Amino acid sequence: MSDAHSADSLVGRGNRDGAALFRDWFENLTHAPERNEKSAYVFVMGSIAEILRTFDFHTVFPEINSLQTAVRRVAHEYLNTAEDYGYSPDICGYVKADVAMQLQGGKHPMGLVPKPDIAVYTNACNTYIKWAEIWERMYHIPIFTLDVPGTRQHLGQTWPGHPDFEEDKKYVAAQLEELIATCEEVSGKKFDIDKLREVMTHANAMSRAWKRLLELNQNSPSVFNAVTDGTVYLGMANGFRGTADGARYFNEVVEEMEYKAQHKIGTLHDEKYRLIFVGVPCYPIFRRFNEMFAEWGGAFVSSTYLWFASGGTNLGVEYDVNRPLESLAEGVLIGVRHAMDSMFFQHQTLIDMVDPYKIDGVVYHPIKSCRTVSTGLADNRRALLEAKDVGSLFIESDMMDKRVVSEAQLKNRIDAFFEGLATRKQMAAHA
Amino acid sequence: MAYGAGVDVGSTQTKAIILDENRQIVSRALIDTGANVVLAAENAYAEALRNLSLDEREVEYVVGTGYGRYKVTFGDTQITEISCHGRGAVHMFPGTRSVVDMGGQDTKAIRVSPTGEILDFCMNDKCAAGTGRFLGAAAAALEIPLGELGQVALQAEKAVKISTTCTVFAESEVVSWLGKGKKIEDILLGVHQSIVSRSLGLMRRVGIEPEVTFTGGVTKNIGVVTVLNEMIGFPVNVGPDSHYMGALGAALFAMDRIMAGRVPVDGEREKA
Repeated sequence: MSDAHSADSLVGRGNRDGAALFRDWFENLTHAPERNEKSAYVFVMGSIAEILRTFDFHTVFPEINSLQTAVRRVAHEYLNTAEDYGYSPDICGYVKADVAMQLQGGKHPMGLVPKPDIAVYTNACNTYIKWAEIWERMYHIPIFTLDVPGTRQHLGQTWPGHPDFEEDKKYVAAQLEELIATCEEVSGKKFDIDKLREVMTHANAMSRAWKRLLELNQNSPSVFNAVTDGTVYLGMANGFRGTADGARYFNEVVEEMEYKAQHKIGTLHDEKYRLIFVGVPCYPIFRRFNEMFAEWGGAFVSSTYLWFASGGTNLGVEYDVNRPLESLAEGVLIGVRHAMDSMFFQHQTLIDMVDPYKIDGVVYHPIKSCRTVSTGLADNRRALLEAKDVGSLFIESDMMDKRVVSEAQLKNRIDAFFEGLATRKQMAAHA
Repeated sequence: MAYGAGVDVGSTQTKAIILDENRQIVSRALIDTGANVVLAAENAYAEALRNLSLDEREVEYVVGTGYGRYKVTFGDTQITEISCHGRGAVHMFPGTRSVVDMGGQDTKAIRVSPTGEILDFCMNDKCAAGTGRFLGAAAAALEIPLGELGQVALQAEKAVKISTTCTVFAESEVVSWLGKGKKIEDILLGVHQSIVSRSLGLMRRVGIEPEVTFTGGVTKNIGVVTVLNEMIGFPVNVGPDSHYMGALGAALFAMDRIMAGRVPVDGEREKA
């Protein structure tokens, strides 16, 4: 294949294929009820797709449905409906958009979202639990809480072989066995351990590729934008976890990015500043938000969102399919714990990334309607700045609610941030 | 003689400063911004030129700053007021390491290097609590001219605790304290303490390092200056031109461009 042909077919393929597959995914969801196929409502921080796919449940991600309403600029209609129904403006925007969608029979800009037959969630986000209770009341469905022990203190993780970890693993494994029994009951199907092995094998390929993909942005120029492109990949990582399509997709994205790295094809014409994004993106002005950085030559090379919203699969942990249930418990424990750490204890990881990723600045983006992911960011920033001489920006807006997104104020701060970065570069050049 | 100018289009007032090549302020102008931001920038600049009997062709470079910086249509480039306040403060008070700027609609805390580069900054978000607008609301509720607010506050015996942080609700809280028979000066001192307390919160987020220079329109309020000195624990730098600091910083950047032969500095976009 000639280089010109490779560039045409490879560069941008991940985004094109991701968009197409996602449209198919929504199409599938739309027609699931007609085919009497069952759906499980799950969340990005520990979807437990490995077990649910074994029982042929469609996995429905309400967080993804909600953020899509913001990207498609109709979130306000959903938020208003939920607030008219009685939900406070201070409640999670994702929850409110979902409630409004449920009240409208699942109508969504990308299709029709089926009603749940079961909801499965972890304790990674405190809102998950209350959110599932809404569906329990609306639809009288079983809901299943998987309680995953988190890190007790900063850098206090334990790993396989440590007595604490082994106890935690047993605790998770016992819950997974309960989940399997519940799934058998809801689906009417017997648990097939070989099918689980197959799903886990696909999930392994995806985890391996996801870790590799994120590491590829150590290249200069960066090969993908961790906020814009990254969100497409993240949707695929969640929606297609444990599928052959998902495994193939991520192997191809890695191939694309390796090609870009080899040929120095970056995301910007002139990458001047390499940035890490901390938090959840500003979906109401998703494209414009990124432009305000790109105009200055700022490229997002990494994002904590790609860690926690992938359920911690960025660690690249792979299952041992010879001992599937035990290995699944281990993987869920490590992954979900890492997702929580990526929100609460991420500063050391950020500090460790500054040199290999050649970071110029870190952008903190706390959001009004998610305190879980926003709390502690000011302390995190302080710890980072004490350890590393990098620029930092602290800007607040929201993931869903454009009423609290002020583009003029954001731009003012972003411009000042880059003026500071420019000065830093000049001072460093003259030092 | 080379001249450079800075025009700071703020939410409440628009300021213009002209510097000579010795970086001395040779002219200044201040007008209310009003609804027409473009006109405000033009008028302030025209007044500054008029004060010096200068033709605009004699000014080699103009930098726009403030919220309306992109409306300084005659400007050569735009720089945020965060960078401009930092630069102006270090020029006026060379020992400056921290800047607190209180304007009509926002308050910012800035940490600067000895040469005026921005090391860190923090601003109030989407809410006018702790800004000049908070004082404006109190002045309206108490029917006291804004310019006299600080003097009245300093006559207080015992400050009333203003618990709300919302500018809109502050007005009703002030009225309710009046209804309870509290003295106007005690209420006003509480208002001043409230605004300073909010600003100190921002300053702590970037780190308070002396010397601290106070800038922006609220520097005209002696009550805020006094309370700020008390709460911070040492006197802050304030001068007669402190409310021009953004325009001064912009004019200093303009002089940099002139002295550098108008070569664009990396990282700043020149106006097409």
